[in-house]
Amino acid sequence: MRLEPRTESARSIWVIAPLAAVVASFVVAALLVLLGGASPLSVFAAVIKGATGTQFAFLETLTRATPLIFTGLAAAVAFRAKLWNIGGEAQLYAGAIMTIVLGTGALPLPAPILIPLIMAAGMLAGALLLLGPTFLKTRFGVDEVVTTLLLNFVMVLFVSMLLDGALKDPMGLGWPQSKKVIEAAHLPKLVHGKRLHLGFVIAIGAALVVWFINARTTFGYEMRAVGFNPRAARFAGIPVNWAMAKTALLSGGLAALAGVSEVAGLKGNLTLDLSPGFGYTGIVVAMLAMLHPVGVIAAAIFVAAMFVGADAMSRTVGVPNYIANVMVATALLTMVTAMLFTRFRLKLR
Amino acid sequence: MQVIQILFEASLWAAAIRIASPLIFATLGELICERAGVLNLGIEGIMTVGAFAGWVVVYHGADLWTGILIAAIAGAAFGLLHGFLTVPLGLSQHVTGIGITLLATSLTYYAYRLAFPSVTSPPKIATFVPLEIPLLSQIPILGDALFKQTPLTYFAFLAVIVVAYVLYRTPIGLAVRTVGENPAAVEAQGIDVTWLRIGAVAVGSAFMALGGAFLTMSAFNSFYFDMVNGRGWICIALVVFGSWRPGKALLGAILFAAFDAYQLRLQQLAGAYLPYQVFLMLPYILSILALIAMSRRAGYPRALMIPYRKGER
Amino acid sequence: MAALPDAEPGDVVLRLSGITKRFGPLLANDAISLDLHRGEVLALLGENGAGKTTLMNILFGHYVADEGSIEVFGETLPPGSPKAALARGIGMVHQHFTLADNLTVLDNVVLGTEPLWRARSRHAEARAKLAELSETFGLAVKPDARIADLSVGERQRVEILKALYRDARILILDEPTAVLTPQETEALFATLQKLVERGLAIIFISHKLHEVMAVSRRVVVLRQGKLVAERHTSGTDRHELAELMVGRPIPEPKVEPIPVGAIALELKGVTVAGEGRARLQDISLSLHGNEIVGIAGVSGNGQGALADVISGIAEPSSGAVSLFGQEIHHFDPARMVAHGVARIPEDRHAVGLVGDLSLEENLISARYREAPFSRRSLIDWKKVREFATRIIADYDVRCPGPHAATRLLSGGNMQKLILGREMARSPRIILANQPTRGLDIGAVGYVHQQLLKARLAGAGILLISEDLDELLALSDRVVVMYRGRMSAPMARRDVTIRHLGLMMAGQGLADAA
Repeated sequence: MRLEPRTESARSIWVIAPLAAVVASFVVAALLVLLGGASPLSVFAAVIKGATGTQFAFLETLTRATPLIFTGLAAAVAFRAKLWNIGGEAQLYAGAIMTIVLGTGALPLPAPILIPLIMAAGMLAGALLLLGPTFLKTRFGVDEVVTTLLLNFVMVLFVSMLLDGALKDPMGLGWPQSKKVIEAAHLPKLVHGKRLHLGFVIAIGAALVVWFINARTTFGYEMRAVGFNPRAARFAGIPVNWAMAKTALLSGGLAALAGVSEVAGLKGNLTLDLSPGFGYTGIVVAMLAMLHPVGVIAAAIFVAAMFVGADAMSRTVGVPNYIANVMVATALLTMVTAMLFTRFRLKLR
Repeated sequence: MQVIQILFEASLWAAAIRIASPLIFATLGELICERAGVLNLGIEGIMTVGAFAGWVVVYHGADLWTGILIAAIAGAAFGLLHGFLTVPLGLSQHVTGIGITLLATSLTYYAYRLAFPSVTSPPKIATFVPLEIPLLSQIPILGDALFKQTPLTYFAFLAVIVVAYVLYRTPIGLAVRTVGENPAAVEAQGIDVTWLRIGAVAVGSAFMALGGAFLTMSAFNSFYFDMVNGRGWICIALVVFGSWRPGKALLGAILFAAFDAYQLRLQQLAGAYLPYQVFLMLPYILSILALIAMSRRAGYPRALMIPYRKGER
Repeated sequence: MAALPDAEPGDVVLRLSGITKRFGPLLANDAISLDLHRGEVLALLGENGAGKTTLMNILFGHYVADEGSIEVFGETLPPGSPKAALARGIGMVHQHFTLADNLTVLDNVVLGTEPLWRARSRHAEARAKLAELSETFGLAVKPDARIADLSVGERQRVEILKALYRDARILILDEPTAVLTPQETEALFATLQKLVERGLAIIFISHKLHEVMAVSRRVVVLRQGKLVAERHTSGTDRHELAELMVGRPIPEPKVEPIPVGAIALELKGVTVAGEGRARLQDISLSLHGNEIVGIAGVSGNGQGALADVISGIAEPSSGAVSLFGQEIHHFDPARMVAHGVARIPEDRHAVGLVGDLSLEENLISARYREAPFSRRSLIDWKKVREFATRIIADYDVRCPGPHAATRLLSGGNMQKLILGREMARSPRIILANQPTRGLDIGAVGYVHQQLLKARLAGAGILLISEDLDELLALSDRVVVMYRGRMSAPMARRDVTIRHLGLMMAGQGLADAA
């Protein structure tokens, strides 16, 4: 068995790959469920019902998808330019910190001014956080995967430090949590009495903006060229380092919006469990979407449905909800494997 | 000055060697993979698997060394998967590695929850106990630091010697070093690049798993979520810091661990002035600084992260 | 194939029967059969893309043939196994050396010759055997030198020793002279003679006719994957071989003498620092309009650095570069392009084009920020498409369309695409770095024709090439580079290949050693 390069492009793979990823994740999950002594069909039924069975469940899925759209876009933008930003988690917290700093009463402004201001400040913080590793990559050749990963740990400790000190809620009975954001900084709910908030709409908007950047602007062109072949891009006169820096700013900013949206739209305050790995899951979302910004919306909803559904399922059926993490990881690996076949064909012998 | 005095305490160095042991295993593992030309970002997840696999079989009655063996096999299995995806298929080593870490970690957590559905305090095992080496352990400072450790620590040091010997003195080591420099050279001499690389990744991953197993079977006596806590990523930095050489990597791991042990003691001294989180951040920041300091070195394997496809035209 | 008069020096050691290999729609080898005899040099002649390398890669087990079989010393060779080929005494010296740069000569030679699971490498014995072989065949090497520190000629010696160390009886050399100076080539031929005298059989792959005539006893000619002719070297000549190889008479590029124009590009004392030795050392050169200056030299003697400076991706550490009398201070590719410099890079795949982008995207890679292709950072894809369609038609780029991925093109069409992109702006200076490497004769002729057309139109052209025939055919003046230094320019009529060869090896270049 060997791989031979295709001499023509294979469009069908772009449809088959995500389907294969979904199927593979279900197959692996079924095996694990059997291992746990439960029936796969009833587990899947419980997962799907838990994610989409009721209006409440479905809105909950969309709520959970919101931060994943942001972190997914962040990864999609960066990976397109082959900037391996694995630091979505840290950038998310950077956005969350700015939300607390500006949104808990420091700026007594009306919502239409305060909310954009917080978003801008959050994006800036996340953007700057990714600029460091990007500079180290372009200037010294330091692998950004490792630096962004390590910064995630630093950032979580930094947040922990702030929650013990500067940002600690004096009324919090000693818990490591911040004060609540003021009313004007709240992202309004989309459905009265439910948890889905304006952040979801902003996320959709962000995806459309990224789409436009990719398709129509010189910046989008630069990101593609630099990602595919930085040497050739540099030879052609594309400012490679500057394009990388711009990519980093956009990617870091998008990931930070996840933090802003979670604090200002959902949680109201900052705690150490703000993100159950949204930054890392964003990578999976981006790959499932084949780095396409609109695909990110669909992939984020799929992944969110798995998580929300698995939570509900584990409460009723009793199979551990980590099954969702396994499915998502399986989907990622299947997806990158399937994408190989856009470039190569399998030849027997 | 107490701050300086700590440096001469045997307990500091004993702690350093203890902290270094899992890092030595995992750094060696990553080094083997990278020497063969494959970056293995699955390290964090594979350490998690090793930590759980070794511990769980011991919990179910196996003896400690069987646990170590099982951990190594489990690690090698994920290594095979990473090797299969990155070598013959030539997938992005970055993305695949992250995927392996996510998969290995989530499978471990799933298995843990399946095995222990509702435990409040995690079950414990009887771990390796320190073994004093006669005579040698009597040497002042050095004896306390080096020769009153658990057998697993001695094993880690032995592993460094064995790996260095194999890499530099045996035909298979030469083949591994060459395949990381120029796989075509290996192919032209009639050695199969694919199996050589997959084999190296599997063996390297087994070492990573031993690093994880050290945590549950020597350092602590139980399995916790997030217990690897970024050690894998630190080991990737240590490989760079050690210029892809086992001896230097060992030195790097000990220096790093000594610093870690030192900051723990400093915390007790200076904790009143600085939040404890600052001290906890230091290892990660130190790793980043090490990467920057070593970035200009040219010792990296030339074919690292470049997939090799037979018959590519 | 008609039987040749039987005067073979030895038995058949290798027999290929009906070898066929397809890559997708491309038929790389079409039912090729040939015999190799003990004690002979068989030349395998064919132009780029004729299927020579594919055939040898099948023989060596890198590829598996779709049909056909191989017999070595009367035994069938299992397909797809370099190990089996090596074990049966086949040694191969690849066009791109298969050496590990950071390892020593000895390590490279010993690799794979011992059982992998032996507890200790036997370096002492290996060292003795290597010394003996070097002595016997006059192939001097330092066993403990790192490959990275060796010259190209020395590396080739290591490659040959690798094969001899394994007791190869059949040696395949794939374009072995491509990177050698004429003198190194002669030394190689002397070595081959010694090997043949000791009973080895050699397949010598080349597209250079005079070398084939000089070294071989028999010649087989491949064209478009087919074996089209087999001749005794003594019974043929260069003209016949050339026609067999190409299938039609080869057009010779015609360079009409024309008066040169004003100075277009001037380098004064340009130095580019490197790690250790400077990459470029005190280079001075002026290039006029209506002129082609050829730069000869073994690759790695500073041509890359010179090309980088003129392309705008490297900055001189001292010295001055002027374009049309205006000194350049900021070296940047976009600025160079804006000054009217067209750049044909050495490596089409890695540098010239972005394979995963479409043709149209590649065509605007140096101009995407300019009108009409973009306005206020928004790209006008309609204008881009119009431009791309025109270039594709004008330069006859065979492709599925402007939206297709560039990596799907053949080498010749890639080069046409680059030519189209670079020539579309009527450049006044052209840097052509190995513009015909790896192209078939048709494409080579096209590139030459485009360069000569630009010369007539007033452009000054700097032509870097390792193909001395090409250099002498096209250039008005020639310079030689050696270890980062450059000789004084010489008019073409004053230069011979032999003389160039000596200069490429460092002789006659002032304080160049």
